Amino acid sequence: MNAILSCTDGSVYANSVYQYTAWLAQALKADVHLLHMLDPKYHKATSQDLSGHLPLGAKSALLEELVAQESANAKLAQAYGQAILEAGAAQLKSAGIENVKSEQKHGKLSEIVTKLEDQVDAIVLGKRGHNADFETGHLGSNLERVIRTTQKAVLIAPRAFQPIQQFAIAFDGSSSAQAAIRYLIEHPFLTEAHAYLIYVGTGNTAIEATIGEAARSLEKAGYSITVEQRAGIPEKIISEIAAEGSIDLLVMGAYGHSPMRHLIVGSTTTAMIREVKIPILLCR
Amino acid sequence: MRSQYFQEWFSNPRSDLIAGLVVALALIPEAIAFSILAGVDPKIGLYASFCIAVVIAFVGGRPGMISAATGAMAVLMISLVKNHGLEYLLPVTLLTGFFQILAGCFKLGNLMRFVSKSVVTGFVNALAIIIFMAQLPEFKQQGALMYGMVAFGLLIIYGLPRLTAAVPSPLVCIVALTCVAYIFDLNTLRTVGDMRALPDTLPVFLLPEVPINWDTLWILLPYAISLTVVGLLESLMTATIVDEFTDTKSNKNIECAGQGIANITSGFFGGMAGCAMIGQSVINVKSGGRGRLSTFSAGVILLILIVLMNDLVRQIPMAALVAVMIMVSIGTFSWSSITSLNTTPRSSSIVMLATVLMTVFSHNLALGVGTGVLLSALFFAHKVGRLLDIQSEEDSSTQRKTYFIHGQLFFGSADRFAAAFDFQEVLKEVTIDVSKAHFWDLSAVAALDRVVLKFRREGADVKIVGMNQASQTLVLKLGTHHKNDADCPQALH
Repeated sequence: MNAILSCTDGSVYANSVYQYTAWLAQALKADVHLLHMLDPKYHKATSQDLSGHLPLGAKSALLEELVAQESANAKLAQAYGQAILEAGAAQLKSAGIENVKSEQKHGKLSEIVTKLEDQVDAIVLGKRGHNADFETGHLGSNLERVIRTTQKAVLIAPRAFQPIQQFAIAFDGSSSAQAAIRYLIEHPFLTEAHAYLIYVGTGNTAIEATIGEAARSLEKAGYSITVEQRAGIPEKIISEIAAEGSIDLLVMGAYGHSPMRHLIVGSTTTAMIREVKIPILLCR
Repeated sequence: MRSQYFQEWFSNPRSDLIAGLVVALALIPEAIAFSILAGVDPKIGLYASFCIAVVIAFVGGRPGMISAATGAMAVLMISLVKNHGLEYLLPVTLLTGFFQILAGCFKLGNLMRFVSKSVVTGFVNALAIIIFMAQLPEFKQQGALMYGMVAFGLLIIYGLPRLTAAVPSPLVCIVALTCVAYIFDLNTLRTVGDMRALPDTLPVFLLPEVPINWDTLWILLPYAISLTVVGLLESLMTATIVDEFTDTKSNKNIECAGQGIANITSGFFGGMAGCAMIGQSVINVKSGGRGRLSTFSAGVILLILIVLMNDLVRQIPMAALVAVMIMVSIGTFSWSSITSLNTTPRSSSIVMLATVLMTVFSHNLALGVGTGVLLSALFFAHKVGRLLDIQSEEDSSTQRKTYFIHGQLFFGSADRFAAAFDFQEVLKEVTIDVSKAHFWDLSAVAALDRVVLKFRREGADVKIVGMNQASQTLVLKLGTHHKNDADCPQALH
């Protein structure tokens, strides 16, 4: 049985996460596994006693007090998370998804995703979440960690949902781009929509040959394809194309380069996710 | 990784800064009091506290833990300074730091698992007693006035929090006692300024001034080893306590190396070796300190206080600092370990008390912990040794007997094993079933040898059955009873 892991935290992205989850679940005929992460502890104080004095038995008293406070907070957070999950499940059910399993977890999202990913086919999450406030202007810190570790396809949802009529495939001839093409051929759920196969760059005949090949094999799988070739910086051109408004989804391979290279020159994938305002399907 | 380190610094900034202030006030008395005890200028302790707190904020493995110049370390330096002179303090600090970095690299922090809960409790109690006893000399030749002032100070420290938790009561105590001493012109009362020089400049970089040869090393080595062990023990125990408070994990091996780096820095800037402080770390967590920023700000605020307010700090009567240190001692003491003395297992209580007594008599926490660990290991060996059960089944018509051994065979149980067989019976065949037993060491194998050979000399054939693989390897390698007996190795199976 297919399943989709949908990660929610009740932020402004949650609504669109549910809608994209519903869309993907229907396209893949999959169940939904709805996941809510309770906030990890960020070394944050829950209370302050500035008296600075240590009475007899100070250590055990302090421990008791901290445990009591944190347990109260955790109970609240659990109840809040439960409410988010119930709302999410209700929304998914009303969108026609029958099997929705919801779950709360402690810890880091990337760790839990690694644990759960054997049981799912794809992961849907929002571009940012609550904790992203901490590093405004960056990607959600959770998101980047998840897409770096997971071996499954990831759908990154923007703030608002849009039905998918036309989509673009970012192609650079790399093995990760080839993997994206293979993924589309194996999962032909997007054949209804029109696809633009986009290659940014000029003069590389080897890539131009592979792009024709990719277009042909996609057409054979039932897609209708328009090949587009433009010159410029990939992330810039693609975000321009996305901003033109005719495209509702960007499909691409994830992190083709080594982590070492990423450290030095940064990654096109990360830049693209940051720039582009439409949903992105990252394929392995 | 990077974002986690960032969070360890800045996820709790406001509370961390305020907690840093509260902690800095609790650092001053300990640094001054124990510098004096160790026979060095308060300057050395204060510089050390600043350097250690600031450096450990960057390189430590436990955010929110407070490290500085401590009593536990200072008491170890007394005889070094007395017998060899102040100039040996710097090289011993560097050597200690070097050993601690090595301990971190070789992951000796993992050895903490052999230090049982009772030993930790004993350590903490011994530390509290050492801190308390170090305050007693201050009362000498000071008369009733000193007792009165300390009592007044303690009254403020413990009374004020009942009214408000918004101001640090130790601060109020220090300020109030200083004012009282100033207003009533209590000249007979010793002040901090009477205890030799306070720093009036920022710390400067120094190099050791001792001859670099083997003799120096032999002088330094015992001190450095004691300091290394005590520093790491107190730091790792405090880290465990802070872990428990905050329900987060710490990296013990990074902490070991971090303590080393902090001590080396302290040494080069004219300070002495220090370590984590249980009392001040508790104050930090209580005041809302969680991140690295709290440790850092405690160090910086300490330096600001002592350099800028040098003249004011000079006026503080020792009575105020003694009162604060008595509070730290009381807060460090594990009161529940005394109230539950009747309910805890007797062996645990003995381990705890032995750790305390050894430390208090030797003034060396390393010896106390060593005693505690040794005792708990012996108690454990004794308990496991008692888990040996031997039963037998006899077929008297054929003069055959089977012994069933159940349990752990090692030095602690070997004698009981050997004594459990009845050699007076006249038997033709003896089977020893060891399928539920495990042979751990040479003593166990030797006991088995003894039993087998003795049965043979009494004329019985001996068969050993069901020996597990690990035990078999040991017995075949170390045992002798099968050497002259061709069919015995097969019989082992």
